[in-house]
Amino acid sequence: MFKRICSNAAIAVLLCHSIQAAAADSGNADNAFNPAFSLILSGSYGNLQRDPAIPATGFAMNPNPGHEQGFNLGESEMGISANIDPQFRGAATLALDPAGGVSVENAFVQTTSLGDGLNLKFGRYFSGLGYLNEQHAHAWDFTDQPLVYAVLWENQLAEDGVQLKWLAPTEMFFEIGGEVGKGRGFPGTERAKNGSGAGVIFAHIGDDIGIEQSWRAGASLHRTRRVDAESTDVPDLGGNAVTNLFSGDSQTVGLDLVWKYAPNGNIKDRYLKVQTEYFRRKESGELTYDTALASVTDSYSVTQSGWYVQGVYQFMPRWRSGLRYDRLDPGVARIGAANAGNVIADYAYNPTRTTWMLDYSASEFSRFRLQLAHDNSRQGLADNQLFVQYIMSLGAHGAHTY
Amino acid sequence: MKKILFSLSLLLMSGNVAALNIFACEPEWAALTQQLAGGKADIYTATAALQDPHRIEARPSLIAKARRADLVVCTGAELEMAWLPVVLRESGNSKVQPGGDGYFEAASAVRMLEVPTRLDRGDGDVHTQGNPHIQTDARNFLPVAAALAQRLMQLDPSNKAEYQQRLAAFEQQWRAALTRWEQQAAPLKGVAVVVQHRGFPYLSNWLGLQEVATLEPKPGLEPSAGWLSQVQDTLRQHPAKMVLRAAYQDGRPSEWIAQRAHIAAVELPYTVGGSDGARDLFGLFDDTIARLLKGVQ
Repeated sequence: MFKRICSNAAIAVLLCHSIQAAAADSGNADNAFNPAFSLILSGSYGNLQRDPAIPATGFAMNPNPGHEQGFNLGESEMGISANIDPQFRGAATLALDPAGGVSVENAFVQTTSLGDGLNLKFGRYFSGLGYLNEQHAHAWDFTDQPLVYAVLWENQLAEDGVQLKWLAPTEMFFEIGGEVGKGRGFPGTERAKNGSGAGVIFAHIGDDIGIEQSWRAGASLHRTRRVDAESTDVPDLGGNAVTNLFSGDSQTVGLDLVWKYAPNGNIKDRYLKVQTEYFRRKESGELTYDTALASVTDSYSVTQSGWYVQGVYQFMPRWRSGLRYDRLDPGVARIGAANAGNVIADYAYNPTRTTWMLDYSASEFSRFRLQLAHDNSRQGLADNQLFVQYIMSLGAHGAHTY
Repeated sequence: MKKILFSLSLLLMSGNVAALNIFACEPEWAALTQQLAGGKADIYTATAALQDPHRIEARPSLIAKARRADLVVCTGAELEMAWLPVVLRESGNSKVQPGGDGYFEAASAVRMLEVPTRLDRGDGDVHTQGNPHIQTDARNFLPVAAALAQRLMQLDPSNKAEYQQRLAAFEQQWRAALTRWEQQAAPLKGVAVVVQHRGFPYLSNWLGLQEVATLEPKPGLEPSAGWLSQVQDTLRQHPAKMVLRAAYQDGRPSEWIAQRAHIAAVELPYTVGGSDGARDLFGLFDDTIARLLKGVQ
């Protein structure tokens, strides 16, 4: 059959010859798909009692990735990766938006031969801050990110820049890294300027405890600047929804800890994974209140923070269940005198959410998930949310990080 | 800064007196390297006998160990594809990257079985280069040992004579053991068996076992109740003597079929450390054959 198709036209013969040749020496795993090509298909059904566009109380000037209601095709994630030459490896992840259009989620080059524990990465990559930030959506343990990631990182910080990591030659895992980048996503602002728009430093330590337990702890610091960042529908002291403009410095510290346990260290049968992360961001600068009418500018600074803790338990092969608790603190803003009567300084409310999930994986490549959440992130608007989700992986399936 | 560098260099010097730092993916290769290198190598074993080698996480501890390795000794043939690529990439160690001198795949030294003629995930977790569980045929250790000794000599030429001597001694002992094992295993020839995972083609090929059914419907998929009853039907037509599983596998599917089909459920050590008897490579096969002979009774 193959041969017959191939003999149809001269061009086809040439083309098929090279395909056959490639197939013949596909001795090595990576060569079987060179480059390695993968596609993630995902979709969900969401049932919400409240409008997902309403932001968490006290976070109207932060992003609100929200949720989709009803039947919804998720982003199809296309991944291509391969060694470029003996020095470099390249990887790209393209997200196909169900509404049309393609966005570049990741597109980076990393070195493979610097040695001495050094790894250099450049292009667009998920920042190394925190624990969850580097994980792709298909590897998340819940259908959504923790609240603290949603409001402080717009789910995930992907940066255009350069990352350098160094792993110490010690018995225990100890790694430090730094990034400089454009600052293109929230909390930065994409600006046309020379130099760097954002910087990150991070450190990780980790080890095993016997054969059954392992852990990793990390700390990170992120700095950037927001310029003329417009926020709409921000509540004010008069009970109106106004549009504000903020410019100022942003500094975020983060702490993360992951601990995993598996009987005999065999994750195939049963395992438990517990993780927690904390982020605290200080923003200080100038706020212009109500750009449409009053337009009053004065100083503004606020420290927002949030954390989550979650546990996922694989209680038998193929079946996992997880529980997560989220909490945010909008902080008390220090507002210049000119805006003291306009801008809300203290919301006196801590958004929280409790989420439970159950998922089933027929194989390593397919997963179905049911998720229920009781969301108290919006004061006086408690929301019970239900999600059903599928995640399927085709083609080359790269190894996952810890 | 100087102080930190100084203490780091102290740490480096004090940490390791052996010539070669070796990262072995599985216990059988750690044991083989021990045979061939003796005190010339400091060996770290990345996985244990009760862990499924397909399903290991790229833990921080593994990355730290790979960072310091001079040589990585693994099965290859995609057995470690779910974790080793990340471990090696994150290690920042240019010596042990695939294709380099510090990266050794045992599978490249042996003849592979069950090389798929078509690649389709519908067939389950199939490895493109063939079945990677090569360590269940004792004969495979001879070509792997020769290739591994060659690599050790290449990386540490100053101890070449010792590696050569150790290889010769190992080959002699191993050949003698092979003769003994093959004699002991003579009653196993042609015996029909069921396997839980397709992890024993090399063992069956070596000892002449006949695999009549597999408890996993497809490689890597957990046996379902429906499939197990199908296997039971198969066993009525083609009776088997025993059902084999590796020490790291869940015993329930084997026990289920063993009870219903009235055959023996045999747990094999599968690698060094998989049973009390499998303390080293010789013990691994002594115990494997003893367990098989007991199962066939």
